[in-house]
Amino acid sequence: MSNLSRRNLLKTGAAAVGASTLGAPMIWAQNIKNVTLRQFGTGVSNLNEVAQKVKEDLGFTLEMTALDSDSVTQRAATQPNSFDIADIEYWICKKVWPTGNLQAMDTSKIKNYDKIVGTFRSGKLTPDSVIAQGTAPHTVGFTSGPNGTDFVQEESGWMTLIPTIYNADTLGIRPDLIGRPISNWSELLNPEFKGKASILDISSIGIMDMAMVVESMGEYTYPDKGNMTKEEIDLTLGIFTEAKKNGQFRAFWKSFDESVNLMASGEVVIQSMWSPAITAVRSKGIPCVYQPLEEGYRSWGGGIGLSKALSGIELDAAYEYINWYLDGWVGGFLMRQGYYSAVPETSKNHMSADEWGFWFEGKPAQGDITNPFGDVMEKAGAVRDGGSFYDRMGAVACWNAVMDENQYMVRKWNEFIAA
Amino acid sequence: MTQFPKNSSASALFMVSPLLVVLLLFLVLPIAMIVVVSFWQATEFSIIPAFVLENYEFLFGSPVTYKVFINTFKYALITWGFTLVIGFTVAYFLAFHVRSLTWQIALFLMCTIPFWTSNIIRMISWIPFLGRNGIANSALMSWGVIDEPLEWLLFSDFAVILAFVHLYTLFMVVPIFNTMMRIDKSLIEAARDAGANGAQILWNVIIPLTKPGIMIGTIFVVTLVMGDFITVRFMSGSQSANVGRLISNDIALLQYPSAAATAVVLLITVLIMIGVLLRFVDIRKEL
Repeated sequence: MSNLSRRNLLKTGAAAVGASTLGAPMIWAQNIKNVTLRQFGTGVSNLNEVAQKVKEDLGFTLEMTALDSDSVTQRAATQPNSFDIADIEYWICKKVWPTGNLQAMDTSKIKNYDKIVGTFRSGKLTPDSVIAQGTAPHTVGFTSGPNGTDFVQEESGWMTLIPTIYNADTLGIRPDLIGRPISNWSELLNPEFKGKASILDISSIGIMDMAMVVESMGEYTYPDKGNMTKEEIDLTLGIFTEAKKNGQFRAFWKSFDESVNLMASGEVVIQSMWSPAITAVRSKGIPCVYQPLEEGYRSWGGGIGLSKALSGIELDAAYEYINWYLDGWVGGFLMRQGYYSAVPETSKNHMSADEWGFWFEGKPAQGDITNPFGDVMEKAGAVRDGGSFYDRMGAVACWNAVMDENQYMVRKWNEFIAA
Repeated sequence: MTQFPKNSSASALFMVSPLLVVLLLFLVLPIAMIVVVSFWQATEFSIIPAFVLENYEFLFGSPVTYKVFINTFKYALITWGFTLVIGFTVAYFLAFHVRSLTWQIALFLMCTIPFWTSNIIRMISWIPFLGRNGIANSALMSWGVIDEPLEWLLFSDFAVILAFVHLYTLFMVVPIFNTMMRIDKSLIEAARDAGANGAQILWNVIIPLTKPGIMIGTIFVVTLVMGDFITVRFMSGSQSANVGRLISNDIALLQYPSAAATAVVLLITVLIMIGVLLRFVDIRKEL
């Protein structure tokens, strides 16, 4: 690539942009079949369907490896040669980027860059949005230049991660067993639900849910929930340890299936939950609501980053992959499972009007809504909990985060579980 | 062999060498590695070879460690008590009440049938049974025994110990049954002839003679319970901890040195317990 663009540059005197857009398709036809890109990341978006579609549409091979978020972090930070593309969350990026194992991406090569939602660029979904606490994606989304290992707060033209998938999380409830409206995070510790509440046993996410609850109870207002001091960690876990000793919790869950079973069996009526788990409970014919709460959502987002070691035709293929990723097919695939895509408008072309209306605009479904695998997720007339994209992503109160006191927090978390 | 006493020790050494190599490679080396790693240092991303005591300092400095160890002992002790009583009774019935060998073998095999499925499945199948709307609660309620579902049936210490007893009783039955079968029946007849009643025979003849079986069963049950982490996690709904869970949490967070240090302490604890147990019975002699 570098040779070719230099040649083109000499020949035509055109800008580098011209070289990459003209040069790339030419290389394609010849060598593309031999290119293999190794992508690893968390399970959410590491889907074999995506790899298959890449082979069909772009011709090269994408190898997917799914790991849990701790292993992903470690691998991205310590083994830069073991992958070409890292599919990681923004809070992982905050830890990994300073190691210099990923390379910055030139936004001028990203075709749909201008259409990426504001959350990932200026941090503001709409011009009057308030930026949420925690590791907001735009704060770790840009770096100073091609070799930057820092973060800059403006759109510098060099991106650390290209956003791929994100969502807003809240509490799941069983409306039939609760029988009254729930509108605050503090309800998780309401003695009314003694022995019927649950929280997830994954420290980095659980602590954020806890912070939402503590703030909602009026016990404490955090300057930044995403970066607590030791005292704040002690306070937060202290409140929850006391609740645990009083028998507030039925169980803690660690895997997706556990959260579904707890809710479906009626062991638990209110708990931290992930969006697809709600759908899984509902598909069993059991009422379950992903309850929008006054304090807002806890949000998370992931993106793909390129390994420092990528160069030449592989780097071109990676850019091609990114452009394809934002082109709409993947977006539609993810949005039909309840996630959001970084460039929603391109996904629209890959969804039916009814699907778009239900998942994105918060309109009542006209017919059965099916997921990409053909399972019926919602019947006609259903409305998405929390409403439209702007209602949900516009009400984000905090982002999943990594704290400076992370190790202290993890130890305290272990004590909470053992208490 | 007797003609070449010098060679005999060499050839004996040669004959055990395959075993020696296997043990060195797959037992001694991994454990040595764990001990070494337990002195290393870890940051969030990497493990640094070093010789520091901070893993042990943190372990012994935290009140949680002691609580978790006490909890682990509690599980082991209670489970041991139940498995011993149940296992001894079952083995006694099989060995002394069932007269024909065919039936003994048939009934013994029946005991093992549940073990044809996986450990995890046998454990998890308790969850819907014990749940708030589970079979146990609905049955008790329809009989009028209770008015409200019993909450402590599931996700409690009760559930953990129930699962342990269910999973590990067979490990008590087998060795006890084995030693009982080898008790010379004429000894019992002799005791009877000498005027001993049933309880005296049990206490003075059968129990002393089955001690090695009891001890082997005890070692099985205690080590299995002490090393377990998945049963505690599932049956307590992640609400209780034992040492195994401490280790597995550390591993999940990539804190290998800290996990190794905990493992070393656990290993030493279990070895001490087995050492004490072996003081009671000389297994080698009894076998």
